[in-house]
Amino acid sequence: MATALLAGGLASLALVSIFVGVVPVTPSSLWELTPLQAQIVWASRLPRLASILLAGAGLSIAGLIMQQLARNRFVSPTTAGVMDGARLGALVAVLLAGSASMLQRIAIAFLFALGAALAFMAIVRRVRLRDPIFIPLVGLMFGNVINAAATFIAYRHNLLQTLVAWLHGDFSTVLRGRYELLYLVVPLVALAYAYAYRFTIAGMGDEAATSLGIDYQRVVHVGLAIVASVSAVVVLTVGSLPFLGLIVPNLVSLYRGDHMRNALLDTALLGALLVLICDVIGRVVVFPYEVSVGLVMGILGSAAFLVLLVRSRYRAG
Amino acid sequence: MRVRGRLVAVAVVAAALVAVYVLVGLTGSYALSRRVVKMAAVALVASSVAPATIIFQTMTHNRILAPSIIGMDSLYLLTQTATVFFLGATHLAWADARVNFVIASALMLLFALGLYRLFVVRGEHHLYFILLVGIVLGTLFQSLVSFLQMLIDPNEFLVVQGRMFAGFNNVPVELLGVAAGAVLLMAIWMLPTLRYLDVLALGRDHAVNLGVDYPALTRRLWVAVSVLVAVSTALVGPITFLGLLMANLAQELLATYRRTVLMAGATLLSVAALAGAVLVVERVLGFSTTVSVIVNLAGSAYFLHLILKEHPA
Repeated sequence: MATALLAGGLASLALVSIFVGVVPVTPSSLWELTPLQAQIVWASRLPRLASILLAGAGLSIAGLIMQQLARNRFVSPTTAGVMDGARLGALVAVLLAGSASMLQRIAIAFLFALGAALAFMAIVRRVRLRDPIFIPLVGLMFGNVINAAATFIAYRHNLLQTLVAWLHGDFSTVLRGRYELLYLVVPLVALAYAYAYRFTIAGMGDEAATSLGIDYQRVVHVGLAIVASVSAVVVLTVGSLPFLGLIVPNLVSLYRGDHMRNALLDTALLGALLVLICDVIGRVVVFPYEVSVGLVMGILGSAAFLVLLVRSRYRAG
Repeated sequence: MRVRGRLVAVAVVAAALVAVYVLVGLTGSYALSRRVVKMAAVALVASSVAPATIIFQTMTHNRILAPSIIGMDSLYLLTQTATVFFLGATHLAWADARVNFVIASALMLLFALGLYRLFVVRGEHHLYFILLVGIVLGTLFQSLVSFLQMLIDPNEFLVVQGRMFAGFNNVPVELLGVAAGAVLLMAIWMLPTLRYLDVLALGRDHAVNLGVDYPALTRRLWVAVSVLVAVSTALVGPITFLGLLMANLAQELLATYRRTVLMAGATLLSVAALAGAVLVVERVLGFSTTVSVIVNLAGSAYFLHLILKEHPA
């Protein structure tokens, strides 16, 4: 029921989004596009739509996986240093080889993001017994650590503004030929689906998972590899999207519970829908100019997060 | 006494570094006055950031937090970026250091106090809750900052960049007096509460049991921390990890839980670290980086070490 609603909403908004932009394209003109309109639709509007759907779904699922594995509701790639790791990797890639292809850059960003994810999980294991709110704090501090290193490098090479661009999600520069690596998200999501049962069991903890016959370490590593590759691809193609991986899994688990395979599809749909809503708002609100999706999401995300916090406080009494 | 000996040793090191910076390669009275101003700023920042961090850590019962976590740093960056973006680098609010200082510190102070006021209603004090709300708002400011910085003209970005990273090169002399006055005022105001800090460190329940007026004390401490952080940030820019690093180093070095001693130790250590960082940036690295970048790098590495050491597997 909820899934059908989400899918329907996503499909209709996706259709509408094709007609939102500076060059007017109307539903009635869709069958006889002028050359300009055709170029806009094929080179800009559709790639933009595809990248929104992929990035939104990918990051939300990455957040879901991290929350399962870290057993903490407030964890996500942005609050665990993974995005920061990917940015540092992208920076290193640019410096090591200015002519590196996009794929090579993503590979290096992936390695750094994976390192950050592994380090974060090691830290989480050590501080397990503390207050659950303590863990995202540690994650944010850990992200600061990585950022300090990235800033040190970028400052010396005058790349700070580039670093900022990777920090900030923006779909306005997505064009045909510049976003296709985002399709890597599709097999990654499929892999997450295949591993969903194992992630759920791994979420019960090391000992419980092992006694149920799961190779705990391997499942954690697969999960983190998925998270790191999604983060690397998204950071390099569209930039970081704050809050997404944090909010969406929490919203879905409110009505789907913690069983991951049940929640996976809804998480992907809701993530894509939220990014699409934010992007369309950003395109309309100061028309014909644009507000980036990162900003719209930052504002809406902060509001949602505050509501979540207040609610959890009331529940705690 | 051992603690006193170490404290003296730290003071000697700090004084020596300051002396080396001021005296080595001195060529004339102009250089002398410039260097003295820089070291005065170093002393001022050290004596506001270090005590603020120790008070903050005592209130939150957590050694890995620093006041900047509630989003004041991001707010400072936002005021600076937005000023240049909307008004331009020639506008009074940017070009006149005094106007800029007043605007930035007032906004940060309002923010910190407003945050407190908003969530300490009905006599309830959930400090961690305030912290998380602060972090969320900090993230919001950060996304505004990065949006503006992505759009901003690269030349103007370079102008903003100068304020993004704490430096002691362009500290306006006329502001040192005002800032020193604010810090001194806070010190006098805090003096009677200092002896409660060790009791507060025992935890809220113990403190209340021992007769501490917890709400009043927390409010006073929060105001003091907010003023100190706002003044030092508006003066030289954010140095996120300085207080964190020095508060923990002081604890390790002095091996005491007496907050007043720790405050003195952390302040002296901060002077030494900042003077050392200024020396390295100017004389070794030839200005290719900034003091805050170096302090943040060293501080963050130490922070990781701290987490892993405090929570052995």
